[in-house]
Amino acid sequence: MNFFANIGRAVLTVLAHIGRLAQFTGQALAGVVSPPLYTRLIAAQMIRIGYFSLPVVGLTAFFTGGVLALQIYLGGNRFGAEAIVPQVVVLGITRELGPVIAGLMIAGRVAAAIAAEIGTMKVTEQIDALTTLATNPIKYLVVPRIVAAVISMPILTAIGDSIGVLGGYVVSVYNLDFNGTSYLKNTVDFAHQDDITSGLIKAAVFGFIVALMGCYNGFNSKGGAQGVGNATTNAVVASSILILAADYVLTALLFHK
Amino acid sequence: MTAKIQLIGVKKRFGPKVVLDGVDLTIEKQSSVVIIGGSGTGKSVTIKSILGIIRPDAGTILVDGEDITHINGAARDRVMRKFGMLFQGSALFDSLPVWENVAFGLIQGRGVARAKARDIAIQKLAKVGLSEDVAFLSPAELSGGMQKRVGLARAIAADPEIIFFDEPTTGLDPIMADIINDLIISTVKDVGATALSITHDMVSARKISDKIAMLYGGKIIWQGPTGQIDHSGNPYVEQFIHGRAEGPIKMAVKA
Repeated sequence: MNFFANIGRAVLTVLAHIGRLAQFTGQALAGVVSPPLYTRLIAAQMIRIGYFSLPVVGLTAFFTGGVLALQIYLGGNRFGAEAIVPQVVVLGITRELGPVIAGLMIAGRVAAAIAAEIGTMKVTEQIDALTTLATNPIKYLVVPRIVAAVISMPILTAIGDSIGVLGGYVVSVYNLDFNGTSYLKNTVDFAHQDDITSGLIKAAVFGFIVALMGCYNGFNSKGGAQGVGNATTNAVVASSILILAADYVLTALLFHK
Repeated sequence: MTAKIQLIGVKKRFGPKVVLDGVDLTIEKQSSVVIIGGSGTGKSVTIKSILGIIRPDAGTILVDGEDITHINGAARDRVMRKFGMLFQGSALFDSLPVWENVAFGLIQGRGVARAKARDIAIQKLAKVGLSEDVAFLSPAELSGGMQKRVGLARAIAADPEIIFFDEPTTGLDPIMADIINDLIISTVKDVGATALSITHDMVSARKISDKIAMLYGGKIIWQGPTGQIDHSGNPYVEQFIHGRAEGPIKMAVKA
């Protein structure tokens, strides 16, 4: 009997979690579309989420583009298809690796920071204090972060895409003896508008996931320093998993033939 | 005359744990009521229920005769403008300088222009004995006692009709505690507010209140004018105010 009780309890816990998250998401979305919108806070968050993530996104994109070029060259070499490097690099970066790498970097950097900040505010009663000052904590804390992340991520990804392609170019031209001019020409000719926009749409969704997970886990943290630590871990793990899951779903939807 | 705040049969449970089991309490206009009780008896839950941070499972909460138990959104914001609160740990926003903490309710809640709100904030800081230099520091640079003062200035910044004090003297040395008690008395009188405090510091409770209510087992088991607390004839109150380990109150060791 105990065995079934445990299963039941686990199922109920999971359902309660999903319910709470759905409710939280609903409140956040309602907050986005209803005034007031705190533009000053959105701008501040865009600097924190977007601008300060540029170095880490740029560096990882550069190395990803480089290693992609190297792998495609070595793999293509087996059946005499080394020349395909520029095409595969631009396709892989814009459609897939650009947004996913940026998303995972933001998950580590931003989801953790948001969860830690909001979690600390929660356990020190700062969120209750907002309520007593006639300020809706969802609108004041969650909405600016979500809006800023959804706007920043496509911009970050566009920059990351360019740097990723540059990484592939540098490795191909300086290490693999490609001709620079024809490498760039092949890249530009091959890439479609759709490849780039699909990646940017993904990026916006990933931004939403990261900000939402950071805020949700922060808001639900309890019990002091350890609780905040757990919230931070959960925010990073949950947003990373959801990014990869959403990536599959979005790819299936965007490239549905 | 309608009471400022009235709680009727307020109940709240968390899982299997019943915290409030039918709390009835009336707080008259411009009075100062202190709720006493041991740790974990639901003092904070009572205040948070009035503020709408926690939703009670049953019962009614009236403010100025208006039922606020289930209101939301804009109606809730309107009622919240009547309240100010001093939190136990001060709960200052550490991302904002002191003056913006004090002016927060004015800027965000009431749409006062920043420059004007800053002037008001500096006036309020002066009222709690803090100079203008403090206004531009960050809360982390202040001592616990100074943070309490800033918290108090924030609570009174928008001239609230009702002010809540959550353990205002906990964690302060006796002298600073007395200073905060004096500030509470003077500021409450100054803005003509109704005050509701929760504490287990009997020195503070006697000093700042004109009525005391004791919460035990999820109910108000005794209430009366502060002067009568020593003649309550209630063994629970007797034990609590004299801080005796022996008596009818059994402290739950496990939460």
